[in-house]
Amino acid sequence: MAILKKYTQVDTEDVIYQSRPVIASIIIMGGLFGLIVSIGISVSFGAADIDMGTVWSSIVQYNDELTSHQIIQEIRLPRVLGAALVGACFAVSGSIMQGITRNPLADSGLLGLNAGAAFMLAISFAFFPGMPYMYIIFFSFAGAALGAGLVFGIGSMTRGGLKPVRLVLAGAAVSALLIALSEGIAIYYRISQDLAFWHAGGVSGTKWENLEMVAPLVIVAFLGAMSLSKSITIISLGEEIAIGLGQRTKKIKFFLAIIVLILAGIGVSIVGAVGFVGLIIPHITRFLVGHDYRWIIPCSAILGGLLVVLADFGARMINPPLETPIGALIALLGVPFFLYLARKGGEEI
Amino acid sequence: MIPNKYAPEYLQRRNKRNILVIFIISLLILLMLIISMNTGHIRLSPLELFETFLGEGTDRQRLILFQFRLPRIVLSVLVGMALAVSGCILQGISRNALADPGILGINAGAGLAVVLFISFFPSTTEAPVFLLPFVALLGSGITAFLIYLLSYKKGEGISPVRLLLTGIAIAAGISAAMIVLTLKLDSETYQFVAIWLAGSIWGSNWRFVLSLLPWILIFIPLVIAKARIIDTLNLGDVRATGLGLAIEKERLLLLGVAVALAGAGVSVSGGIGFVGLIAPHMARQLVGARHQFVIPVSAMLGGLLLLVADTIGRVILQPSEIPAGIVVAIIGAPYFLYLLVKSNT
Repeated sequence: MAILKKYTQVDTEDVIYQSRPVIASIIIMGGLFGLIVSIGISVSFGAADIDMGTVWSSIVQYNDELTSHQIIQEIRLPRVLGAALVGACFAVSGSIMQGITRNPLADSGLLGLNAGAAFMLAISFAFFPGMPYMYIIFFSFAGAALGAGLVFGIGSMTRGGLKPVRLVLAGAAVSALLIALSEGIAIYYRISQDLAFWHAGGVSGTKWENLEMVAPLVIVAFLGAMSLSKSITIISLGEEIAIGLGQRTKKIKFFLAIIVLILAGIGVSIVGAVGFVGLIIPHITRFLVGHDYRWIIPCSAILGGLLVVLADFGARMINPPLETPIGALIALLGVPFFLYLARKGGEEI
Repeated sequence: MIPNKYAPEYLQRRNKRNILVIFIISLLILLMLIISMNTGHIRLSPLELFETFLGEGTDRQRLILFQFRLPRIVLSVLVGMALAVSGCILQGISRNALADPGILGINAGAGLAVVLFISFFPSTTEAPVFLLPFVALLGSGITAFLIYLLSYKKGEGISPVRLLLTGIAIAAGISAAMIVLTLKLDSETYQFVAIWLAGSIWGSNWRFVLSLLPWILIFIPLVIAKARIIDTLNLGDVRATGLGLAIEKERLLLLGVAVALAGAGVSVSGGIGFVGLIAPHMARQLVGARHQFVIPVSAMLGGLLLLVADTIGRVILQPSEIPAGIVVAIIGAPYFLYLLVKSNT
């Protein structure tokens, strides 16, 4: 029995650490194509249906006298691009977190990053109303750092160390605390209305200025993640192996943590506390392309973008003219997925 | 020298101490009742309170005391008791120190049922208030069943860890469903639901008290009567079976009671978490592990806790009010984290 177990272990290890570049390339190409198509569809549907030709012409030869062009350019395009960006941010931050903590349940929502960012947003709205968007991003980033710091700090204080389940429990409690605090602040300063959007999640308010501001940061973070992707793969094999292979794990983990915080903070500052994207997408991606993070990171960025664009499209279509919060829609997908992981995980969780 | 915990003298000494603890907590509750009745937007001095109770007060004082403050105070104590005992049972039968109806998602299930019910029946009519606990019970029962089912694995039974993870996931799913649902409500009902969800007791009146009271009066004595069974279950399945206990039957019955109490509490107070977690822990610290003491003491502590939380929420940011659920979460979450750091599971 023991021998059998050993053999299957070796087997699974072989399977786990192989990568599938062909499939990954297909996903990148197909995913990009799907992303463009779904962005097109999402832009053309809405309160006023606009055909694809008009969508195209509004992009290539914008005419600011046409209402339909204005709707596309000023309202729909930024929100849909925002959705794609946010999905990519959450998915990549989730991939990195799952890789470097070797924790299958890592996600910016579950580990308190989103609640932390929402808490700091509550503070910034209460004490510095009318703050420029750049500072809001900064606050959101600081909040994500606060949430993550609390969860990981408490998680590492527990006996037996950073086990996934402890982190999730700590994340649930820290989130409850931070949400309670931000609700208290919201009630006292009468900003519940402004904040409700951040709790429920939605990209409807996205503007070009916001995208222009965050895009460079996101690109830098992605490039950083890509350049460290090889190290993530090695760290995901285990701390000892990584050190044995000559990785300076502390330094690399520090940089990666900063990248995770930037991505999650930006995600929350655009869409609000949307969870589970960073949980679902990395798992699906790893299942498809294997465990090489050079492929996982770009693939999960594309798939994450696709998921949130589709969720946003669904959110507008389910109950028009009202919008269903994206966070709720994605949670309805994410919860069964989480349950499946919790069931499958068994002992190592 | 380590005392022999089974020696009669030791137990007798311990019993005396426990009765003293109960007495002190009663005094604290009484004190808190008086403080809570005093404080508020309009202050009533202890003397005025006394006069009002004797029927001497002005109409205005009587109105404030009997129609606004007293029902709310009584209700917060009752809700605290229900949630605390529910948590106490859950921790006892699952042998999981972190179990709590809020964390396990049972409160969320009750909440969803209540919101569904309210969206069909406007909250103003008389009948629904009495139906609320039943509706909440239905919701919490279905949720508990679902969690039990999903965390059950053939051959392994229920592991505490999987139970908690499943609970967290179910709670997340239900709150997502709730957000979708609340968007369809008209603004007046939405207002009611929003306040209710935050765990507020401010909408209370005697009708809510009356609808909750029977559940407390029936189930808490029942649980105290079952205290020894919980003690036995705590020894572990093998020993409990060896001692002649029909463990599955008893566990199911107790689970049913826990769900009923949580549902009834939630039905009138909304989403208040962490009471069911903190109170039993404090009770065990104070009176040891025997449930004949743990249950009543955690009921009292739960009542006290929620009363304090509600009074703080009422006073701290006047004239606005912080729902008691938020105050409890601010106290309770750090306590949960402390337990998490300390526990070994």
